Amino acid sequence: MTLIATQSLTKTYGGRVTALADLTVTVAPGIVGLVGANGAGKSTFIKIMLGLIAPTSGTVRVLDLDPTTDPAAVRARVGYMPEHDALPPDLSAAELVTHLGRMSGLPATVARERASEALRHVGLYEERYRQVGGYSTGMKQRVKLAQALVHDPDLLLLDEPTNGLDPAGRDAMLALIQRIGTEFGISVLVCSHLLGEVERICDTLVAIDGGRLLRADHISAMTSATDVLAVEVSEGTDQLAARLAELRLPVRREGRLLLVELADDDTYDLILRAVADLELPLHRLDQRRHRVAELFAQREPSHV
Amino acid sequence: MSEPSGVIHDIGYQRYTGPRLGRRHVFGALYLHGLRTAFGFGRSAKAKIFPWLVVGILVVVAAGVTAVRAQAGVVIMTYAQFPDVMSWLVIFFVAVVAPELVSRDLHSGVLPLYFSRPLPRGDYVLAKLAALFTALWLLLGAPQLLMFLGAAFSRDDGMKGVAEELGDVLPGMLYAGLWAVVFGAIGLLIASLTGKRAFAAGGIVAVFLMTTPIVGTLSIMPSQTVNELALLASPPTLVQGVGVWTLGDLLVPPGTEDTVRIGDFGPLYAVVLVAVVAGAVALLLARYRKVATS
Repeated sequence: MTLIATQSLTKTYGGRVTALADLTVTVAPGIVGLVGANGAGKSTFIKIMLGLIAPTSGTVRVLDLDPTTDPAAVRARVGYMPEHDALPPDLSAAELVTHLGRMSGLPATVARERASEALRHVGLYEERYRQVGGYSTGMKQRVKLAQALVHDPDLLLLDEPTNGLDPAGRDAMLALIQRIGTEFGISVLVCSHLLGEVERICDTLVAIDGGRLLRADHISAMTSATDVLAVEVSEGTDQLAARLAELRLPVRREGRLLLVELADDDTYDLILRAVADLELPLHRLDQRRHRVAELFAQREPSHV
Repeated sequence: MSEPSGVIHDIGYQRYTGPRLGRRHVFGALYLHGLRTAFGFGRSAKAKIFPWLVVGILVVVAAGVTAVRAQAGVVIMTYAQFPDVMSWLVIFFVAVVAPELVSRDLHSGVLPLYFSRPLPRGDYVLAKLAALFTALWLLLGAPQLLMFLGAAFSRDDGMKGVAEELGDVLPGMLYAGLWAVVFGAIGLLIASLTGKRAFAAGGIVAVFLMTTPIVGTLSIMPSQTVNELALLASPPTLVQGVGVWTLGDLLVPPGTEDTVRIGDFGPLYAVVLVAVVAGAVALLLARYRKVATS
């Protein structure tokens, strides 16, 4: 089953501003990261998936449904957390989420129960009876997430869920999203302009820029083949880099570190021998996963 | 391996497999929510003050009229005249309630949360409209019912008298419905243009009251035709015009015919009224087509 599938999806505003250009991507269920700079077309993509705006051309299917022809069916199975402030300040979280649950078609008593449950899952307990206006940004983000969960969707569309949160709040929100994606059995599409955040939690990564697809792949496919060894020596970094280059090991410099692509176990031996021959004080040698950011980087690797 | 007993488990997330109600139920829920909001139910005490102040004044007036009629036998105002006399209060009620229904949602940005749900955006508008219509109709109709009950119990000619009163009060209530539809549609349209409640309230009062001088000016022009068309220029007098045409002496008791003259233009008044309401609703729907995609 595919979660989201688009074919040459294009959206232009007024024939001039291009928000999405020929976007063709297929995503499997799981936690999906949608990354791109501000204005890359992420929000437009979400609105098309919700059937709120029609694409200029191309097709899109969400949960095997077509949001352009049957938006109600899509929206019934999707929960949406918008990027901006969306909460009336003078209602309590419990009232608001209950009301929105009813708007999704839940019977009155069920809506009340599920609202409490959803708020509990996002970590709001007694506070839920207080007016939202007095909440912190982190609590408001949680309420927004709870209202997207209240009707038990099959897919959550989260637009910049960590916006405005402090580092601890970001970590908590990401952990929560990961729990929803794994334990709750709900697929999640997380939009972010911060690659470093989403790569930690998602299974699939879709990167767009200027409305065009940069890359879409399973995150393991992006990282597994490209594990690197990070070597740090207290002195003689240049010497070691030169020696490793002689040994035909692809080596890159990153600050005080040398990054060497890990071909097989012999790579360890080669590096250790080189360090020993040069009698350099080895500080550390460890394997690390490629940062996904490097995969998207357009610039040349910075050789020494 | 069995789990140890006597431990409280976190049951975790529960999927929902129960019924999901259709469009009609969702519409009904939103309508009731709007109606409750109009009278401040489920809201802070502050939100209840104004609607209930207006309700209180109207009920007191109706009770007073009923008492005077029962004691002194003097009819201060007919059922149908009640909405006319109370029009100022109704305008202020609309100016407070319409922004409460739509401007608040615009301001808080909650609309994406509605429009990302199955509810079609037209339903949102129509449910809010229906809620405001009902609130206004109750506001004007309930005091008439009070007057009717008072009159029915104080008449001494039995069932015949009650039937007569009923014949008077039912058109009065329909007339209240006319007020509700016109004021509701125009008020909600103006309120939907801004997220600032104060601006919306000011705009509504302006549209309803600032147009009154135009009526005044037109009705003293030397042309009789212009005089008879003057009431078209302002929403409250437009409703009155239709009332005069349809209700006749229920609204304009013998001896007071000079105050509102519409000549033979009654049907025109009705057509304009329908056009105004239809236009306001169409503009509202168009307005939300834009809001939903932005």
